[in-house]
Amino acid sequence: MSKDNQILEELTSKEYEHGWSVNYEVDEAPIGLSEDTIKWISAKKEEPTWLLDWRLKAYKTWLSMDEPKWANVHYPKIDLQSLKFYSAPKQSKKPKNLNEVDPELLDIYKRLGINLNEQKRLQGIAVDAVLDSVSVATTFKDTLSKLGIIFCSFSEAVKEHPELIKKYLGSVVPITDNYYAALNSAVFSDGSFCFIPKGVRCPMELSTYFRINAANTGQFERTLIVAEDESYCSYLEGCTAPQRDENQLHAAVVEIYAGTHAEVKYSTVQNWFPGDKEGKGGIYNFVTKRGICAGDHSKISWTQVETGSAVTWKYPSCILKGDYSIGEFYSVAVTNNYQQADTGTKMIHIGKNTKSRIVSKGISAGKSQNSYRGQVQVMKRATNARNFSQCDSLLMGDRCGAHTFPYIDINNPSAKVEHEATTSKIGEDQIFYCNQRGIATEDAVALIVNGYAKEVLNQLPMEFAVEAQKLLALTLEGSVG
Amino acid sequence: MLSIKNLHASIEGTPILRGINLEVKAGEVHAIMGPNGSGKSTLASVLAGREEYEVTEGEVSFNGKDLLDYSPEDRAREGVFLAFQYPVEIPGVSSTNFLRTAVNQVREYRGLEPLDAVKFLTLMKEKMKLVEIDQKLLSRSLNEGFSGGEKKRNEIFQMAMLEPKLSILDETDSGLDIDALKIVSNGVNQLKSKDNATIVVTHYQRLLDYIVPDYVHVLYKGRIVKSGTKELALELEEKGYDWIKEAVDSEATV
Ligand SMILES: Nc1ncnc2c1ncn2[C@@H]1O[C@H](COP(=O)(O)OP(=O)(O)OP(=O)(O)O)[C@@H](O)[C@H]1O
Ligand SMILES: [Mg+2]
Repeated sequence: MSKDNQILEELTSKEYEHGWSVNYEVDEAPIGLSEDTIKWISAKKEEPTWLLDWRLKAYKTWLSMDEPKWANVHYPKIDLQSLKFYSAPKQSKKPKNLNEVDPELLDIYKRLGINLNEQKRLQGIAVDAVLDSVSVATTFKDTLSKLGIIFCSFSEAVKEHPELIKKYLGSVVPITDNYYAALNSAVFSDGSFCFIPKGVRCPMELSTYFRINAANTGQFERTLIVAEDESYCSYLEGCTAPQRDENQLHAAVVEIYAGTHAEVKYSTVQNWFPGDKEGKGGIYNFVTKRGICAGDHSKISWTQVETGSAVTWKYPSCILKGDYSIGEFYSVAVTNNYQQADTGTKMIHIGKNTKSRIVSKGISAGKSQNSYRGQVQVMKRATNARNFSQCDSLLMGDRCGAHTFPYIDINNPSAKVEHEATTSKIGEDQIFYCNQRGIATEDAVALIVNGYAKEVLNQLPMEFAVEAQKLLALTLEGSVG
Repeated sequence: MLSIKNLHASIEGTPILRGINLEVKAGEVHAIMGPNGSGKSTLASVLAGREEYEVTEGEVSFNGKDLLDYSPEDRAREGVFLAFQYPVEIPGVSSTNFLRTAVNQVREYRGLEPLDAVKFLTLMKEKMKLVEIDQKLLSRSLNEGFSGGEKKRNEIFQMAMLEPKLSILDETDSGLDIDALKIVSNGVNQLKSKDNATIVVTHYQRLLDYIVPDYVHVLYKGRIVKSGTKELALELEEKGYDWIKEAVDSEATV
């Protein structure tokens, strides 16, 4: 209860609040994309040859692919040759611990309300902070390593745990998967790696905070989470970017592997710069996220609160390979002004007695377009597969659009698939009712919207739920009345 | 406290209120009766500031302020409370959370500190007793799946929490069982003081046995066509509205 009020109290009339940028010295790749760019990045990161070869193979694959056109989003062609593919804050040497991290960089995160200083941080969340293309700091590393948990930047993992990276990189999202995934595989700069050994329950939330700061730079991070048999972890991802006139490209890949009886919860609060009120600028967010429930009785749960980006193209998916495995997708996607979102999930039932649950809550305001696109696929040998999908759309005003594209593909007669969809408008009646009790319209909208999205917000860890509720309210500010 | 002068209001160009005059003083209870569609709920909505209604003529002063100048939320914060004839449902928002937001926004307007969680819950416990409302109901989504009677009881609970100066109860009695009617009326009576006033809109004399009005008005075709004391309600109960309608309609044709 205090949660909601805290939010309402903090709710003031502000626009995108993370729209500032900071100047610091950077190491940057030359503009444009070619084999040389990739070699430059790989050399910069002192990568082994196998990884360079992998990148080059991805690049070749990518060259033969076309940008997907089926999503319900429209944007001018992105000129990749005008982008920089790598930008990193210059640090004289690699920091060994937080004390060695450039205070100016720590300061950036402080301004975002993320304190990387372990002593001062809230207990219970380990953070990996990624700025532009590289990870600048990872907290609580020692605490975690005592349990055998590896939580570090991707680059570090390549150096310290090459066997794990070799084994799992591209195993869930192969380089041939799609245009953006191939591009990411070729040029990815950094990201987080997390490994939970057999039988270990990770005692704290693992969190990565992404921030794009540099101009004209694509951000291509790669996250890999491996949960061995009977392990558990909850992972959080947050992101912001400065306010710029040009559009910026963000094309990440997230791969999750869950062994027998393992469970991974992945939560995202996406708050990339959405562009201004006229639709100028903003991030193009083209992300591939997929998890495989490889072992029996494993579970992967995606929760996302999407409030930012000019264009979002994102379908966190689950491959339910193990028998009795469970996939979940909880999503709130809000679009306002000229934002466009095409988001949803894919649940691929392969194992027997697999279950999936989809709860999607779209909220459209302004002149935005919001599409849910979801696929439920039941393979031949997936006896007794179960799916439940709930796709709700909430419209604010009459110049926005909400669309639902459910695809259902069933190849086993024992499957039970349920799909429910509703579309509603925020009622004048509801707002008037709140007004009559003394609640201002903006706060009434925040209450109603948070109520509508509750089932999804409840899936988030507490700290994130508070942030997410605030974001929902801020995103929708000024959209009614 | 409330002074309505020659109030005209229309919706989508159709005039509904056609010259209402009403004076309500602090400490008084007024009952408004009248046939279906005569404009009782419209009057309540106009006083509460519903935007669909356009006030075409007249004025309303509330404690010396021009009420029509205020936004709906500011009217509420000034102390106007409307118990809705049809309370709306707000899925996913608990009564508790809803009310805490409301109470604190009203307090802020009045220059008071917001109530912290503990003080708020204490206040809630106290007011819950007044209308004998169940805690379980308040932790559910606001009005969602509430029975008709539960919704009405919840309206009065909200009234108790917000401590308004002028309460307008629009058919709060309809849908209440006999016991609930007593409990709710009892709550309303306990909230009555020499500083606040109540307008009850009802179709049934029975309610007025519990909430005894100082004045009874009959609304017909957007006007108050007859006013009297509580005996008028008894007369209406017995004779219906035809005699009033006839008198008014024949006058109009003359
Ligand atoms: N949008 C509208 N367009 C036209 N007429 C309307 C509209 N809304 C309400 N009315 C009419 O206004 C009149 C007054 O309605 P109101 O709800 O105020 O009546 P009431 O006295 O409260 O009736 P009841 O006793 O049934 O509750 C009715 O004839 C109703 O049909
Ligand atoms: Mg009515």
